[in-house]
Amino acid sequence: MEPILKVENLTHTYSAGTPFQRNAIEHIDFEVRPGEFLGVIGHTGSGKSTFIQHLNGLLKPTEGRVYFNGQDIWASPTITQQTRFHVGMVFQYPEYQLFEETVYKDIAFGPKNMGLSEDEIDYRVREAAGFVGIMEEWLDKSPFELSGGQKRRVAIAGVLAMNPEVLILDEPTAGLDPAGCESILAEIRQYHRAKGNTVLLVSHSMEEIAHNATRIVVLDDAHIVMDGTPREVFARAQELIKIGLGIPGVTQIALALRARGLAVDPAVYTIEELKQQLLRLKGGEAVC
Amino acid sequence: MMDMLKTENLCFSYPAKEGEESVPVLKNINLTIERGSLVAILGHNGSGKSTLAKQFNAVWLPSGGKVWVGQYDTANEAVLMEIRRRVGMVFQNPDNQIVANVVEEDVAFAPENLGVPTEEIRQRVDAALAAVGMSDFAKHAPHLLSGGQKQRIAIAGVIAMEPECIVLDEATAMLDPRGRRDVLETVCHLNKEKKITIIMITHHMEETEIADRLIVMNKGEVYLDGAPREIFQQVNELRKIGLTVPETVKLLYDLRQDGVDVPLDAISVDECADAICAALKK
Repeated sequence: MEPILKVENLTHTYSAGTPFQRNAIEHIDFEVRPGEFLGVIGHTGSGKSTFIQHLNGLLKPTEGRVYFNGQDIWASPTITQQTRFHVGMVFQYPEYQLFEETVYKDIAFGPKNMGLSEDEIDYRVREAAGFVGIMEEWLDKSPFELSGGQKRRVAIAGVLAMNPEVLILDEPTAGLDPAGCESILAEIRQYHRAKGNTVLLVSHSMEEIAHNATRIVVLDDAHIVMDGTPREVFARAQELIKIGLGIPGVTQIALALRARGLAVDPAVYTIEELKQQLLRLKGGEAVC
Repeated sequence: MMDMLKTENLCFSYPAKEGEESVPVLKNINLTIERGSLVAILGHNGSGKSTLAKQFNAVWLPSGGKVWVGQYDTANEAVLMEIRRRVGMVFQNPDNQIVANVVEEDVAFAPENLGVPTEEIRQRVDAALAAVGMSDFAKHAPHLLSGGQKQRIAIAGVIAMEPECIVLDEATAMLDPRGRRDVLETVCHLNKEKKITIIMITHHMEETEIADRLIVMNKGEVYLDGAPREIFQQVNELRKIGLTVPETVKLLYDLRQDGVDVPLDAISVDECADAICAALKK
């Protein structure tokens, strides 16, 4: 399958020509195929925000190219603008970007700018609201009357309403409590299943990435240093720790068990898997 | 010795909008926080935990009942400065708490306002920056620091007041794992070495492991109160109110459901691994 997004030799330099000049990302090559659910991790300053902002043309490459469906997104201003509709970006703390008088108008802002008909906009707003559990009666309220978690849902719905082929979420659960995190992630999974679109989830939580993504990209020091399935990536626990990232709690336990001589898989990343392995060990001869 | 903080039948409602009834946020809370302890307060959004924190240095005053900071009643306006000087607060967003353009000036802000002599301010600022491991950044511009570094500067600003107690209201919520770890290490250090009483408001279960005592809030009431080790074993009670337990306890809990004889109080990764090994040997 053709990649939906492709990045070739991408470099971005901040403060070029000044003593503070530095490359936030350097010679990155990257592809993502339609329908993938990708996790993006990297500590603060690794270049991941700079990287994702190139994917919908918010930043222009200093060097290299970005292709959406085979088309260079900087080929013409129209194409750049269209890309921003097709690649939807939910920023960190998106609730700070709400501005309209009503929830409805806020969600409708994107589709309206796309030049859709009133009927289509109405359909899109209600559909997007449905995905994130925004109730009918909230639509006429001011977004500023809602709680933090509700506001964040409105902001996410505003991007979903553009029906983007690629959805990029930058830490969508930051600052929420565990129940709030899980319900937002469940809504995103549900949306991904229903629409079959591509999702890029940026997160600091290894558990969150482990439970959602089918492929993980790790950025460190301006480069992509790992790219693989959760199993492949979490098997490189020592390297992840070295670059200042954690590994899922379950993987930590598995490593501690191996250090004690138990033959469990070091790349296990769900509780269920580890439990099954331990139960099998219990049945056989336990070595400790 | 007198307790650091004490609440007596503390009730609180936010002022209601016209024509609406005010909803109680805190209901009859009786808590005593011992001097020198490290207490975590956990709860989901809307549980009242942040509102409770803001009672501890008179940002909010009780609608009913009393809050005592040492010997001082927070409702007594005449002692407000005494209270604020004893109990410092660190909030969630590092960007909202920094006032100066240079790190050391920011840290000096509170002692300057307290009228501390210049010589002593210098000493306090240096000591505060050392305590949070940020001495090398004294002359830096705060906006160029990472989130975790900014939070440590905010904590240094509080330390420079030489408070007896620091309340951290979700101070790690906006930080990445490394920043979070740095702040937690700083907090532990202040508690153990400087004997400062710490109250940490959080919804990150993992962070509460460092506490001596864990208070779980739900619907404006104290839902559970005890050592983290005891509280984490109450997996079902915690899940009921939308909180989770550390991965270690989740695994132990699931293993127990399948008939493996493991304890639930092995919270750290090493304890958990030891417990599983011991159980499999049987």
